[in-house]
Amino acid sequence: MSAPPRAAELGLIGCHVCGQVSRDPRRAGMACPRCGAPLHRRKTGSIARSWALLIAALILYLPANLLPIMRTVSLGDVDDNTILSGVVELWVKGSPGLAVIVFSASIVVPMMKFLVLGTLLLSVQRGSAWARQPRARLYRLVEFIGYWSMLDVFVVALLTALVQFGFFSLVEPLPGVVFFGLTVVLTMLASMSFDPRLIWDGRTDDE
Amino acid sequence: MTITASPMLICEHCDTVHRRRPLARGEVARCLRCGAVLERHQRFGVDGLLALVLAAMIVFVLANAWPIVTLGLNGQQVAARLWGVILTMWHDHSQVVAVLAAATLFFFPICKLLLLGWVLLCIRLGRIGEGFRRAMVLLHYVAPWTMSEVFVLGALVSIVKAHLYFDVTAEPGIYAYAALMVFITLFSGVDLHQLWDRAAERAA
Ligand SMILES: [Zn+2]
Ligand SMILES: [Zn+2]
Repeated sequence: MSAPPRAAELGLIGCHVCGQVSRDPRRAGMACPRCGAPLHRRKTGSIARSWALLIAALILYLPANLLPIMRTVSLGDVDDNTILSGVVELWVKGSPGLAVIVFSASIVVPMMKFLVLGTLLLSVQRGSAWARQPRARLYRLVEFIGYWSMLDVFVVALLTALVQFGFFSLVEPLPGVVFFGLTVVLTMLASMSFDPRLIWDGRTDDE
Repeated sequence: MTITASPMLICEHCDTVHRRRPLARGEVARCLRCGAVLERHQRFGVDGLLALVLAAMIVFVLANAWPIVTLGLNGQQVAARLWGVILTMWHDHSQVVAVLAAATLFFFPICKLLLLGWVLLCIRLGRIGEGFRRAMVLLHYVAPWTMSEVFVLGALVSIVKAHLYFDVTAEPGIYAYAALMVFITLFSGVDLHQLWDRAAERAA
């Protein structure tokens, strides 16, 4: 069984925006005849852009975890919560199910994104033919679950909203949540900038 | 210049070229090389989608008109509507959060509904022009930022957490929001590439 052909071998190019298949003009600055978006075979500057966004996200991830994201005041007690202590609070106060969900969305998913995208970028830079199918699958997984990390940001926003609306300031957002929101947005941008086609572009062709 | 639906599909994840064939109900075409989804059978036609968008718009109005929750503390009862909450936050030095909430709960859903309604109407009327093209490109860029499912889960977590401090009673508005999120999730399954093809068929 011969491998199915790739667009470049047939002199074709697929529009990244609308999917239209056109003949590859082999020059820069061509626009898709259907939607008008610029045509390019690979996302431009994919690796450099993806690395830059990933590293920026990693740097912001530190204050996001170390700084408190939310202050609660009840019966005169001031309590500042970080992401992790918020998870612990949920667990202790009787919602272990939700605690697990928040833990996965805010700690496990971002960590996984750093690891997976870092591995993908390194292997693509080497033009490695190693485990292409699993790597492609990992990328799709990261794309799929990435935005679930926004969970904690929404929780802080909603909780503040609920509380501030009715009464005095019982709950207040703290800077940590802004850092965390930025981390999530940057990792999303990093995975969007990565071009999964590069996984299959290596020097040695697949089986 | 007429552009017809292509007999070929190029995988967005690995650039492999596939011959296209009609899909049966519930069928999903996957890439032979990398396994990514090429296209899914679309359950709703243009007319069906248009009806769904209209229904979602009605739900959206209700979600904004009805109170979302009633809060109780020390015998006080306050009914909260979305815009009341957002404005209070804005005045209470939480502008970042206010903008975030307004974007995800108000501007994002309404933009998505209007854009989708607009392109469907264009296809229905066979008016495939510059306006259609722009709206379709915009929809493509807005798509990855759909976070409605996450927001629903976030609402659940925050109501549980809010119970630690006071009484929270759900009001009809929150159910309208839940329904709206179901609609939006449904719309995120709409394949824009196939909408382009429908438009080409109509224009031809
Ligand atoms: Zn295009
Ligand atoms: Zn593929």
